[in-house]
Amino acid sequence: MITVTVVLAVAVVLIVSTIYLVSRKSRSKPSFPSKTSVVARRPIEAPNGAVISEAIEPISENLVLPGDIKRGIGRARLAFARLFGSILGGDKSSQQLWDEVEEALLVSDLGIDLTTSVLDGAKASMAVSDSTDGVGIAAAVKSQLRSLFVEQPRDLSYSQDSPTVWLVVGVNGVGKTTSIGKLSAMAAADDRKVILAAGDTFRAAAADQLQMWAERTAADIVRSVPGADPSSVVFDAIQKAAARGFDLVIADTAGRLHTKSNLMDELRKLRRTAERDPGHLTEVLLVLDATTGQNGLVQAREFAKAVGITGVVLTKLDGSAKGGIALAAEAELGVPIKLVGVGEKVRDLIAFSPDEFLDALLEMDVQNELSDED
Amino acid sequence: MFDNLTDRFEEIFSRIRGKGRLSEAEVDAVLREIRAALIEADVNVGVVRSFIERVRENTIGEELFRSLSPAQHVIKVVNAELTNALGGENLKISYASRPPTVVLMAGLQGVGKTTAAAKLALWFRHQGRNPLLVAADLQRPAAVEQLRILGEQASVPVFSVPGDPVNTSSAGVEEARRIGRDVVIVDTAGRTSIDQELMDEVRKISQSITPNYTFLVIDAMIGQDAVNSARVFNDALALDGIILTKLDGDARGGAALSVRQVVGKPISFVSIGEKLADFDLFYPDRMANRILGMGDVLSLIEQAERTLDKEIAEKGAKKLKGGKFDLEDFLEQMQQVKKMGPLKGVLSMLPGVPKEIRNADIDERELVKVEAIISSMTKAERNNPDMIDGSRRSRIANGAGTSTAAVGTMLKQFKDMQKMMRSMGMGGPSPTKKSPNRSNNKKKKRR
Ligand SMILES: Nc1nc2c(ncn2[C@@H]2O[C@H](COP(=O)(O)OP(=O)(O)OP(=O)(O)O)[C@@H](O)[C@H]2O)c(=O)[nH]1
Ligand SMILES: [Mg+2]
Repeated sequence: MITVTVVLAVAVVLIVSTIYLVSRKSRSKPSFPSKTSVVARRPIEAPNGAVISEAIEPISENLVLPGDIKRGIGRARLAFARLFGSILGGDKSSQQLWDEVEEALLVSDLGIDLTTSVLDGAKASMAVSDSTDGVGIAAAVKSQLRSLFVEQPRDLSYSQDSPTVWLVVGVNGVGKTTSIGKLSAMAAADDRKVILAAGDTFRAAAADQLQMWAERTAADIVRSVPGADPSSVVFDAIQKAAARGFDLVIADTAGRLHTKSNLMDELRKLRRTAERDPGHLTEVLLVLDATTGQNGLVQAREFAKAVGITGVVLTKLDGSAKGGIALAAEAELGVPIKLVGVGEKVRDLIAFSPDEFLDALLEMDVQNELSDED
Repeated sequence: MFDNLTDRFEEIFSRIRGKGRLSEAEVDAVLREIRAALIEADVNVGVVRSFIERVRENTIGEELFRSLSPAQHVIKVVNAELTNALGGENLKISYASRPPTVVLMAGLQGVGKTTAAAKLALWFRHQGRNPLLVAADLQRPAAVEQLRILGEQASVPVFSVPGDPVNTSSAGVEEARRIGRDVVIVDTAGRTSIDQELMDEVRKISQSITPNYTFLVIDAMIGQDAVNSARVFNDALALDGIILTKLDGDARGGAALSVRQVVGKPISFVSIGEKLADFDLFYPDRMANRILGMGDVLSLIEQAERTLDKEIAEKGAKKLKGGKFDLEDFLEQMQQVKKMGPLKGVLSMLPGVPKEIRNADIDERELVKVEAIISSMTKAERNNPDMIDGSRRSRIANGAGTSTAAVGTMLKQFKDMQKMMRSMGMGGPSPTKKSPNRSNNKKKKRR
């Protein structure tokens, strides 16, 4: 068997000889356009650009009150309900209905494998109960979806002894820092004294961003200089929390792609620091962005493997994306979705409940069915 | 970014290749698998549906059953459709005749707009321009400060005033005009496409600064929602192109395909790392080539299996990898390749061959001359071309019926070739398997 490598090797010779011929024709030095669209990595020149003006936006948000947390819930329900949208209207054959359900699940980023198994399961259960209308199909699919969720508590846990430590991880830009701000507000509403640890020492202005959240939620913050060792920041935060009787340390981390092994190693180290006395690490929260596609599952796997996640925070459900990949992650890894982000405000974080999620689905279905009968 | 997709297709096709006939059921099975592969790569379900329909229309039918190799036919149709879906030219910026050229950046939250704005500014600087960055994201805490720091790193000034993002944006463009910057890049806050108020705001920004270029920044990891969001942003802002970020991860990037298909706007730039220089124009035709090439590599393999002497080919490959490829090997391989047919035809089957080379006029007789020159050398000379001095040169020229100058040129260009082979990464994994976009720099700590 001639391998691809061999063919490619021959190909190189070919390409090279062609360049040879081309260059002979043009009598100029062969210029080979780079195979990729990547420019040579140039070092960044020393800064000399003047900052013309700089603005720090005012913080006008007030402290949250207990109970405010619940207010986002209507919005989230809406987002969940959109999962099935209007699939059940009209006069459709059962094949059409199944196709539409399939498409609805795929569009929610549930993934092809899980969608197929949910549909297969639903069809198998339908064969027994023998109802082929929209309501029957929706119910069967719903019960299949329900079985994907793990039976585990979804509230965030505190240790008996203070300080409790929560570590927040995820890829770039998913909403880690914002979620920490919201978590800080939640904990404050619960009468907990909170310190935020600015473990993102890499991204420009990351600590400033966290600091603003600390101010908004009347939490303390421990931060260091850009480029500092994140472990030492978390270590300091825990020390300070223990010394001054704080209840909770929430550690922010720099966004990192799970493919970068050195950064994943750094995170492992961070976890070991967070576990050490006098801290009590009870939560490692993976933040997943609802707009994420199938890569979300890979993210969940890799972060779980590296630092053992205890729960998922699903952000940006206020947008048009449906976040099905978090469900796929829960189904595969058995790690519960604990919280849902539904906006950029301090109160836009709500507890996740599978039943509410499914109730929302069902309400929608029933409504559709009723309006069909009118 | 499409490496995974490419691998999947390769696997799917390998099952039907070599089959004399394909039943309709077999074609169906292949299409189902292609569908799954595309959906798994985050290509939008609707886009996949019409893609599969088009492929089906073009495969099932008389032509399929008339064709000598039905599998090849299917592969060809799939590839043609893919190229069609991705294809197009890369962006060529035309600068405003009355500067500054105004660039507006928009997108969902957390996609990497601010970083992309700074990277774009650095890119413009490398084009010899003098950009100004405008921080009009007054929403996210410390976004202005973030851009200020990044601007400093890129040696590009940053402008911002507190208050209203619409005012900040137009004041920024005004400032660029006043201080004579010829490009101005406006970074805006992230927004979800269904947030009416914020969509109105960005529309107002666009109206007030009338950008020459509006880019939607999209995260390569985005799933099915890509097309919805892109559509809404396009309706509001009339996009010129897409900037695709976080391509250094392992996301399959199907959004790139769907967005182009649905919104009709090309990927203009790609961002492939956290360093500011990890950013460049996107070349859709090259990407399409890579996918297209994959299918044809299979036929190339088939052809190679039929015509090539396995041992010689493998020996050549080994030498290439070891960086010990000499004139002797070159001659051997050239003779092999000649067996596969005209060079141009073979080249067209190769993945990643730049257009300039694919379309070059190739005079096959030139190859004959090269062959003659090498054949006139002794074995020792072929192994070590450095030993070829003046007298050897004229002997070789005599033998090959050409001038000593021609021999000299050939030797020099062979040296260049060797260098090129080295820089093309021979010795690493095969170029189709390893994404050149992905830098896995374990040694270099980024912080
Ligand atoms: N609409 C919406 N936006 C959100 C939500 N959560 C976070 N965001 C926004 O997403 C963007 C990124 O959020 P960050 O909190 O900075 O994300 P991060 O993961 O800390 O980012 P890095 O530290 O850069 O990796 C910001 O503009 C946030 O306001 C959410 O639930 N809904
Ligand atoms: Mg952050």
